[in-house]
Formats: sequence, structure tokens, C-alpha cells
Amino acid sequence: MTTTTKGPAPTQPTSSVKRVHEHIVEIVSDSGEGAQKAGQTYGAVSAKMGNGVWTVEIIPAEIKPPARSRAGASGIRVRVGSEAVTNTGDEADLVVALNEQVLFGRIEQKAYKKGTIVLLENKWANDPREEVRRDYAAALAEFERIGLDVRQVPLEEACQKVAQDVRVGKNMFVLGLLCYITCREMERAMEEVAFVFAKKGDKVIQKNQDLIRAGYDFGAQVLSTRYEIPPRKTEQRLMVLNGNQAIALGVMAAGIEMVAMYPITPATSVSHHLAGAFKNVGGVVHQAEDEIAAMGFAIAASYAGKTACTVTSGPGLALKTEFLGLAVMAEVPLVIVLVQRGGPSTGLPTKVEQGDLLAALYGQPGDTPKIILAPATIEECFHFVITARKLAEAFRTPVMILTDANLATGVQPIPRPVPQAEWLAPPLDQSPWQKGVTAYDWDADTGLSPRPIPGQRGGEYVLTGLAHTKKAKVAYDPDSNQTGCAMRSRKLAVFGESLKPPQVHGADHGELLVVGWGSTLGSIEEAVDRARKQGLSVSSLHLRFLSPLEPGLKEIFARFRKVLTVEINYSDAPDAPHTTKDNRRIAQLAQVLRTHTLMDIDCWSNVAGQPIQPGAIHAELVRRLGKSKGEQ
Amino acid sequence: MFGLKDDWELEIPERYFTLEDYEGGTARWCPGCGDLAVLTAVQRICRDEQLPPEKTVCVSGIGCSSRFPHYMKTYGFHGLHGRAFPVACGVKSRRPDLKVFVATGDGDCCSIGAGHWVHGIRYNMDMVVMLFDNAIYGLTKNQTSPTSPQGLSTNTHPRGAWLPPLNPTSATLGFANVSFVAQTVDWNPLHLYHTLKAAYHHKGTSFVRIMQRCPTYTEKVFAELQKDPSHLLLLTGGDNPELDAASLRMFPNQQAHDSRDLHAARRIAEQQDPLPIGVLFRDPSRPCYEDFTTVGLGMSAADKLRGLEREFDKFSV
Repeated sequence: MTTTTKGPAPTQPTSSVKRVHEHIVEIVSDSGEGAQKAGQTYGAVSAKMGNGVWTVEIIPAEIKPPARSRAGASGIRVRVGSEAVTNTGDEADLVVALNEQVLFGRIEQKAYKKGTIVLLENKWANDPREEVRRDYAAALAEFERIGLDVRQVPLEEACQKVAQDVRVGKNMFVLGLLCYITCREMERAMEEVAFVFAKKGDKVIQKNQDLIRAGYDFGAQVLSTRYEIPPRKTEQRLMVLNGNQAIALGVMAAGIEMVAMYPITPATSVSHHLAGAFKNVGGVVHQAEDEIAAMGFAIAASYAGKTACTVTSGPGLALKTEFLGLAVMAEVPLVIVLVQRGGPSTGLPTKVEQGDLLAALYGQPGDTPKIILAPATIEECFHFVITARKLAEAFRTPVMILTDANLATGVQPIPRPVPQAEWLAPPLDQSPWQKGVTAYDWDADTGLSPRPIPGQRGGEYVLTGLAHTKKAKVAYDPDSNQTGCAMRSRKLAVFGESLKPPQVHGADHGELLVVGWGSTLGSIEEAVDRARKQGLSVSSLHLRFLSPLEPGLKEIFARFRKVLTVEINYSDAPDAPHTTKDNRRIAQLAQVLRTHTLMDIDCWSNVAGQPIQPGAIHAELVRRLGKSKGEQ
Repeated sequence: MFGLKDDWELEIPERYFTLEDYEGGTARWCPGCGDLAVLTAVQRICRDEQLPPEKTVCVSGIGCSSRFPHYMKTYGFHGLHGRAFPVACGVKSRRPDLKVFVATGDGDCCSIGAGHWVHGIRYNMDMVVMLFDNAIYGLTKNQTSPTSPQGLSTNTHPRGAWLPPLNPTSATLGFANVSFVAQTVDWNPLHLYHTLKAAYHHKGTSFVRIMQRCPTYTEKVFAELQKDPSHLLLLTGGDNPELDAASLRMFPNQQAHDSRDLHAARRIAEQQDPLPIGVLFRDPSRPCYEDFTTVGLGMSAADKLRGLEREFDKFSV
């Protein structure tokens, strides 16, 4: 609205209010300007008001990338809805940008559409450096060309009226501004800030609250329209947290008392949270000297009868491979959380990918059956840890939990769980080992066996990664290894029998079934819902158990003309040069499902490092179903 | 009488352990292998200290000497090549009640597991680490190890090892938070036993390098040392075990050594001929990692539930 640099005009709020079902807001800035803190607070306020919320941080790979650079875009996106919000959504409706260059980074990521309102800091227009003024002007022209609705706003100038150092205060000003524009209750923002800065004292709290109020008051001068996103009413107690925090709470609630880890993005923040909180439930974080040692330490703690967990990402999993094989071979219960990031190699450390499914399943030498779970929501991140621990002990096996950078950093309100004493129960007592029972007393039918723990009299055995007999004795004879492998494999079959077939989202038969796993749940279902509303015959199915697979898949798939996986990992485009139906390299879940069902399962995937937007999936569904109709 | 219950009885040690209680089957090392001597020494220590077999854990990596746990009738963890340290530390992390012996070789500890060696020493968790140093890869059949003497002909360096060997004792004395370093030889059972026993009684990581004969591949490496005790220098005094007069007569070279003096220990450790044996360094005041990792052990379920509720509160709206 205002383009003046002489300060806001003394107008009074006269904005009209527009009701919307949902609204996507972004704050983008250089690193270190506090955009994430402002956005998180905004998300928390929205959740407290009863809105559905999904928050995702925009994180550059460097800690301090150069200022005003495209790749340095740092910030946050908050999607607020009247109903539950399950994913990051499509293009943003409203953006606050502290400089114009960071917007380019987001434009490359297709974060904006024609008409996206951009509140752009205008101080760069009068910057003493000529190149800055030139870049700014050029950017404005470009934004206009692509249809962004840019409003140049004197954010810093307005902010200076209440704060000495605007560099550290502008974020709270922006928070207040957004609260006004999207009809958030400012008082809740004040409370939130008081809570967040409680340790820093009243002075800091007061300063931040002043900035919020100033931003709120400034809002009316910026836009003539406010947006109201009516909240849904809920009596449920909620927690607002990201996937890694949910994992950390899950670890504590699961009665796990040892997390051995080595820093790796994007998994590390699990241990950050635990480092402060774990002692309150009697647990400890061990930061090992490397990924291998972290895994060995955790396995050994479990061997010694303690509940242990390790948390890593792709490159860390590669290093843990040998120990993972040992844990399978020696039947050591262990929870391994794998927060996937972009690969291969060092890849995209801060970006999302689902590229480690096959590495988790098959990445170890020899046959290494293990249980693999994939939470699809932040709530599941919490509960799956508890499930994983129980499964690890019941089936005497490592259990892997595959999440990804999207779940790790996405923030959402979830129902507050009620902690159960039963979750915390120690694995085994230390009473004497039953005489005559061997260390691997495999039940021939199920492969299950009780586990002796150091301290138990009569249970003495030597855990070894060498082929061994029921008595844990090293054995090189032909039968022993065959038997051992069969017993470990049998356990998966037995566990698989206890699973139920997955639910189909939408009609249970039709033209196309979309199959996904992990963090794509919300986007897939949203896209399917949109397509179904248009009359397209599409349903979806989301897998939580990837090893063993949930039963009944073949029967479900058979009820659809085509089955398509949507994944965030690499597959060849079907029409790529030299690519044929025979040599096309397909996405990872598609490979697994083809092997499992012997059906011709197609895939649609990419490795752009971004969460797949519902709009993009929807467009693909329309393209495919249109095409398949044409073929009929 | 005196209000005692009828079934009250005096607690008397109901178990007495003999060597047999620690013997886990026939060792399959080559005849004449120095590992056998170490195995016997450890079994004797277990018996003399009356360690309950179920409370004793032998951890190893991979290699000839890492078969050690299989020949003990205690709990054992025969893990991965080079990874004995992290496994032993993990065992100890939440189970301070367990007695841990680590068997590792010169390839296992000083080559593939060297990173863990540095940090394992720094963690200083209460355990005895025995470096079986035979200066060769035996199990994989005669490859150069980091402690192979320069010029030693092996299958990987048939014209002789290119580089001078790594000295595990002086290396360990350079690691942060080191608290116990000793050196001994497998062919003197008395010195071996007393050195390992001193190691056992030290709280912290006791690193003992054992010069260990490999009759198959490196018989000659230790032949001179073995034949002529004047190539050995017996360290006395300080934290060294007191040997009787008859035993002392076996060592023509003896030197009083203040094992609390790190600089003196480092100087002596560099010495190759005569080779110093005994406790080179001990500092019982160094922090042990389990003092940190055992925090919270034994917290009641009720306290944990309360703690959990408080953690949930931090995220609640």
C-alpha cells in the first residue's frame, strides 16, 4: 500500500476482513534475522486459537550465508487452516520479505503464485550502495513480470520507532504485523513471547511485546484487507511440536534410557532436545566420537539389558551398516531413527528426500531382516518410537524408524498423549536364567527366543557376529547358518501376520491407486481429495510398515486399473533419452512393491529436495487420469 | 529372639568360584600362542577376585586375540573389527555393576579402531583393556600391522614393512584423560598376572599392552626379548606390584619409576631396548565417563511419569 519512506501516514485501521478457509504465510530473510522464531510463535498462536497449522522452516545449508543472496534464503512458512493441516501446501498467499534477493530463492522453489502478496522491506531502494539500489529495482521489475503483488513497506523505519537495534527486533515487529493482517489474537502472541523469553527477564519480554504491538498497529497502514481463518473448536489438549521433537518425546515416553548419536543434519535436533530434557526421565545422551561408535555403544547398552536408541541420517546409516548387520545377526533389540535427507553422498543435508528405503532394507551385506516403520505424521513420530521399542524387544531385533527432513522440521499441533507407566517398563528383570535354555533357544515355528542379559546367572553366552548355533557357539557347518538365517527371517513373517491390511483413502476400487509412505501423506490425500471432488477415480493408500509390508496389498492393488507410487526419491523420467520400459530405474517403494506383488507398479518421484506440494500431485493425477481415459 | 524372623539366616557366601568356572572350552589358538598365557592370567584374576561369571563381560573386536571371550565362561561380546572400545563403553554406560575385560589386537586397536582407541582412553570407563600386540595380522594370515617392525617381511610387504612401527604405549600416554598405562610380556606369567591385577584394581580404563608371541608369523620379533631378559627393564616402585625376591632375580635390569609422573612415563615409553615393563602411568583422579552416563539410573516409574508430564507441558497449548 504505502511506498513512502517518510514513515507511515497517521491513518487509523479501516481494513475490511475477508474470511478464508486457509492461508499460507511466509517470512523470508537473511539468516540470523529471527524469521523462524517469529514464524514459530505465529504458528503456536494459531494452534492455540484452534486452527490447523503446519509450519516448515526454510533453512539454508550454511550457518551464515552471505547477506542478500538467493541461496541464503532463511525463513519459515506457516500454513494455517480452519481444519487440520497435514502438509506445507502449495503457493504462499502472503510473504513478508526482508530483502528482495531471498525471494528469488523461493521463486525458484515454486513457492509463490500470481497474486501472492509480498510485503517487501523498501529500505534497499535508498541504500547507499549503487549496486544494491540497482538490484532492488531490477528485482521489482522481475517480480512484477511474474505477477507477484509487491507492496513496498518501510518495515525497518517503522520498527526503529520502538527499538534501538532493529536487526534483532524486526522479527517481532513482523510477527505483530502478521497477527494484524491474519486476525490472530495479539494477546496470545504476547503470552507466547513471555513464555519463550521467560529466562531472559522482563526487560527483554517487554521489548519484544512492544515490537509486536508496534507491528500490529502498523498493520492497518499496509493492507486494506485482513484475512480471517476461523478456527475449529476443539476440547482436546494439544501439543505443538516438530517431528524431531516428537521423536525425542517418544524416546522419553518409550522408556528408552540411552540415546547414542553423532551430530548429523537433519537428525541432530532430536538429541538437542533430549540433551536438556532426558535427565528428567532418567535418560542420557551419549555423543559418540563417530557414527560407528554411536551404533556400537547403543547396541552394547541394549546387550547389557538397557533400552537404547540411535538417531542418524543417510550418511550416518552408511557408516552404521556393519553394526546394523551385527544387531540383526546377534538379535539385539535396538531402535534406530533415520531422519532422511537428500542424497546420494553428502547430498542435500537440510532438504527432504525418501531416498534411504532400499539402504535401510538391503544396505547390509548378507540377509538382514529387520522391522522398518515409517511414520507419516508428527503424531506418529511420537507413537512409533514406543511401538518400535516394544517390537524390538518382542522380536529381539533392530527396528528402524524412517522419517525425513520434512517431518523433522514441520511443526503441527497434535493431541497431547497421556503417558503410560507400561511404556516405561524395563525390558527384563534380572532373575536367574532358566536352566537348560540356550542363548538362542529359537522356537522352530516362530524363530523367537528369550534373551539372556549380563547379570543373569546361567545365561552366560558370547554374542558374536559369526554364524552361530542355538547355544551361541560359532559354527561353520552348512546347516547352522541356514538355520540362523531362517529363524531371523521367520520372525518377520510372524510379525507380519499380526498386521492388518492398510486402509484405502477414497473408494476401495477404481482407476488409479496412489501409494505413498512417510511425510507425503498429507499432500497425497489432499491431492486425491481434490481430484475425487472433480470426479476423478483415484484413491490412495499410505504404508506405515515397510518391513514386513502390511498384508493384503496385492488384493487391494488388483481392484485398481493402475497403481502409482508418489515418492521423494529418484526415478528416471519415462521419456528420458535411452530410457525404455525395461531399463527405466524406478522409485524405491515401487521397486519393493513390484517385487512383493509381481504387479506393474508405476512411480512418480523427484529429488528436488522440497516437500511434494498437493497441487503438483493433483496436476499429475489429472494428467494421468485424463490420459488413461483417452486410452480407453 | 530379639524380634528376629524365624527364617533369618546368616548370609554366607554360597558360591566359591574355581578356575573351571571361567573356562569356556578349549582355546583354538595355535600351539605356543601367547594368547593362551593371557587367558590363563585373566581366569586366575577372576578366580582370585571371585568375580561372579554372570557379572563379568569380556568384550573384543575381531582378530586372533579377539576370540578371547569365547574361551571364557562369562558373558561375552565378540563384536566387529576395531569396535571393541565403543562396545565395552556401551556395556558399561548403564551397568556400572559389570566387570569388563577388553581383548583387542594391534590391528584391531591401533589400525581400524584407532579412532575409538583415542576416545575410549578419554572416556576412561572402568575396564581392563588388554592390547595383544603380536606385531602382525594373524587371522587374515600375515599382513603388516601398525606395530610390525620396519623391514618385517609380510604378505603385504614381502620386501619388508616400509615404515617404522607405531608405539601403542607412548601413543596412549598422549591421549587426553589417560589414567593407567602398563606394559608386560606374555611369557612371564608372574609379571603378566600382577600387571593385569594392578590394572583390574584401577578405577578407570587400564590400558595394558602385552607383547604377545605369534609362533606362526612373528616368532622372531620377540625371540631376543624372550631369550635374554636383559632386553627388558622392570619398572619398580610407584603403582607397580611388589614382586618377591625370587621373581625380582629374573630381571637383571630394574628401575624405580614414579608412575604418577606423566612426563617420566612418556620418556620411558619411548624406550625400546631394554623394553620397559610394568605400570608406566597411573592417575586415579581422572574423571570416568560412567559418572555422567549413569545419572538417572534407578529413577522410579512415578518420577519418570511426572518428568514426562512436565516435558509434555513444554509443548502444550
